[in-house]
Amino acid sequence: MRAIRRIPLPSLTGLVLTALFVLAAIFAPLIAPHGNAEIVGDVWEPMSAAHWLGTDNLGRDLLSRMIYGARITLFIAVLATALSFSLGAILGFSAAVFGGWYDTILSRLVDLLMSIPTLIMGLVVLSVLPSNLVTLILVMGILDSTRVYRLSRAVAVDINVMDYVEAAKLRGEGSGWIIFREILPNALSPLVSELGLRFIYAVLFLSTLSFLGLGVQPPDADWGGMVKENKDGIVFGIPAALIPAAAIAALAISVNLVADWVLNRTTSLKGGRG
Amino acid sequence: MVDGKAKSGPLLDIRNLRIEATVYPPGEVPRTITLVHDVSLTLEKGKVLGLIGESGAGKSTIGLSSMGYGRGGVRITGGEVILNGRDILKGGKEGLRKLRGREVCYVAQSAAAAFNPAHRLMDQVVEATLLHGTATRAEAEKRAVALFKKLSLPNPETIGERFPHQVSGGQLQRVMTAMALCSEPDLIVFDEPTTALDVTTQIDVLSAIKDAIRDTHVAALYITHDLAVVAQVSDEIMVLRHGRLVEWGGTRQIIKEPRQEYTNALVSVHEIEHQEQQPGTTPMLSVKNVTAAYGGGHIKVLKNVSVDIFPGQTLAVVGESGSGKSTLARAITGLLPPEQGSVVFDGRTLANRLADRSKEDLRQLQMIYQMADVAMNPRQTVGTIIGRPLEFYFGMKGRERDKRVAELLDEIEMGKGFIDRYPAELSGGQKQRVCIARSLAAKPKLIICDEVTSALDPLVAHGILKLLLNLQQIEKVAYLFITHDLATVKSIADSIAVMYRGEVVRYGPKSKVLTPPFDAYTDLLLSSVPEMEIGWLEKAIKGRRMESAGN
Repeated sequence: MRAIRRIPLPSLTGLVLTALFVLAAIFAPLIAPHGNAEIVGDVWEPMSAAHWLGTDNLGRDLLSRMIYGARITLFIAVLATALSFSLGAILGFSAAVFGGWYDTILSRLVDLLMSIPTLIMGLVVLSVLPSNLVTLILVMGILDSTRVYRLSRAVAVDINVMDYVEAAKLRGEGSGWIIFREILPNALSPLVSELGLRFIYAVLFLSTLSFLGLGVQPPDADWGGMVKENKDGIVFGIPAALIPAAAIAALAISVNLVADWVLNRTTSLKGGRG
Repeated sequence: MVDGKAKSGPLLDIRNLRIEATVYPPGEVPRTITLVHDVSLTLEKGKVLGLIGESGAGKSTIGLSSMGYGRGGVRITGGEVILNGRDILKGGKEGLRKLRGREVCYVAQSAAAAFNPAHRLMDQVVEATLLHGTATRAEAEKRAVALFKKLSLPNPETIGERFPHQVSGGQLQRVMTAMALCSEPDLIVFDEPTTALDVTTQIDVLSAIKDAIRDTHVAALYITHDLAVVAQVSDEIMVLRHGRLVEWGGTRQIIKEPRQEYTNALVSVHEIEHQEQQPGTTPMLSVKNVTAAYGGGHIKVLKNVSVDIFPGQTLAVVGESGSGKSTLARAITGLLPPEQGSVVFDGRTLANRLADRSKEDLRQLQMIYQMADVAMNPRQTVGTIIGRPLEFYFGMKGRERDKRVAELLDEIEMGKGFIDRYPAELSGGQKQRVCIARSLAAKPKLIICDEVTSALDPLVAHGILKLLLNLQQIEKVAYLFITHDLATVKSIADSIAVMYRGEVVRYGPKSKVLTPPFDAYTDLLLSSVPEMEIGWLEKAIKGRRMESAGN
């Protein structure tokens, strides 16, 4: 209990909210009162005891769809972020450590990728490739990894010239040890803060893609897709589109609160013992 | 100028000064610690008071309090600072603003970091004078040029047009002294002005400062940890430790008849008994005609260097910065492959490039760095740092490894309790000890020590040197000792190589190298080492045969 009380209030809020989202995503079939594609009422019914958040543009229970939507949104965003971070960080660190041609070629390739606007690139690739979850995650992850590559290379170049890295090289350590044991722990702080941001970008990018019809395909929907489905209702004063939008915002804030907290905990060079 | 000047009495009178700071340990309640405990001092007009002590003794904090300044959240919580007859702590922000740069000026340790790189030197030198409106720009510049001349800077008329990066460190330090003198203050605070310089440069700066103080009748607080330096410039010396006064007296009394045990320890530092060993017949490592260059062969930093190191002995490589001593270490370790020549170790020629050397060769050759805090990964515990070579070279794991780490910690006179600590939780001396343990863990035949004591306080450095000598007895390891401090060399070396601009100018057993007749450069080096003797500076300057390279 004492450990929990020592967490500052904003971080605690972030932790609780994030945990709620994650739990909803994991146990979606158990929690959701209705099926994902099940039509249970009239179009755009207002909030009621039977349908807590009302119904959507086809008369499906909005709460149930929100819960299933959390599952898809989080699943894709988490995997895409994980992919972009492992890919970007490893390539960035190795470019910094090896230097020379390896660095030049990789960096120019990344520049090339970055010079094309992400959204347009994503639209082109996704309209050519078969539309399924795997391609979606791969495209999002690889496009995003260019940013992570940039950051981790810049951070690692500075660390790579420190005496302790030189000492490791003099000892004869391989690149694996140097990248993962000498550089990674010292580069973690900027990477974690970037992680919070990148995850949210992934959620938003997915929403954008779905909004444009290239992301998650119906009848499944992520939160961004649900905004699109219900956007026409706004004209008639029906709030159905605002609920998934609010969920995206809440997720964005709470994940970043958690990332900040992790950052605070891990920047101490004294093992957090004070 | 200031009405207080007419009054009699000391220029600066600090009474029962108490300085505190609040520390915020993560996860704990913030608490207040006292940095300076009721220290009092007085300083007459035109006199120089030396403040001496190891790091954390509060010397800089006391020095800065004379201008009412507390560095980084430090607060003056008690006592009075009376300058020119008024308590400056009661003057408020306005009063301090009028005082700083006018009555009291400050000379920082690292002039290179203290100058704004984006402005010309002259603009920075006259800034305070113009700000306080004591002179017109033309007058101030004239005064500055006169000061440049007095501080024997090259091209005094035009040096002000340069940017800070265009002059050397020693010159920059003198420009900063000119900056402090330009507004004709009553008091100057010198905060370790020569600590970051080479001995040969230090002597120039020191004599320039001394002349300037004498000619301008300014009073000064001279802060340093080098007793020999402070003995040259000050009239009185105050020894501080842990924010408390240890001893205060005339310079002669402090260095000749110290009354306190701690002062005595400071005075007698560097006297290490070491019997010189005769060179053996077969060298363990010999550097043969090595030439090395940076920038694709354009800038030659090592020219045809040959030295030998014998098993279990110490070779000291001496020279000022830029003489190529560290480059020699880089060439031996393979970090900078030599262009010509070879390095022979134990009868076999070592590969030029680090990547081509075998693990065994790497193990036999270890290195200790100058800056212990950047030579250790801040995210690894002491256990990992020392244990890694054991794992890596000998495949030790688990309990066996931990046992050996504990033994090594014992050898470097640190307890087992340190095994879980992070480098940030160690003091400077402890960090260097851990680095020594890390290199010993590999059981090497040769350790390259690159200026291992120059970032440490004299007493701590003394301890490290003694430890290194003891370890040499136990482990029969040879040292290549790179340093610019000749006192260190005298105490631990068996043979010496003097380097100057990439060449070995004098090389041989210690007794031979340190016996006259000397070549010009060795003479300069030897005569530049401050001795704890009043009047040494004047003698040394007079006896010099050549100018320092001024790097």
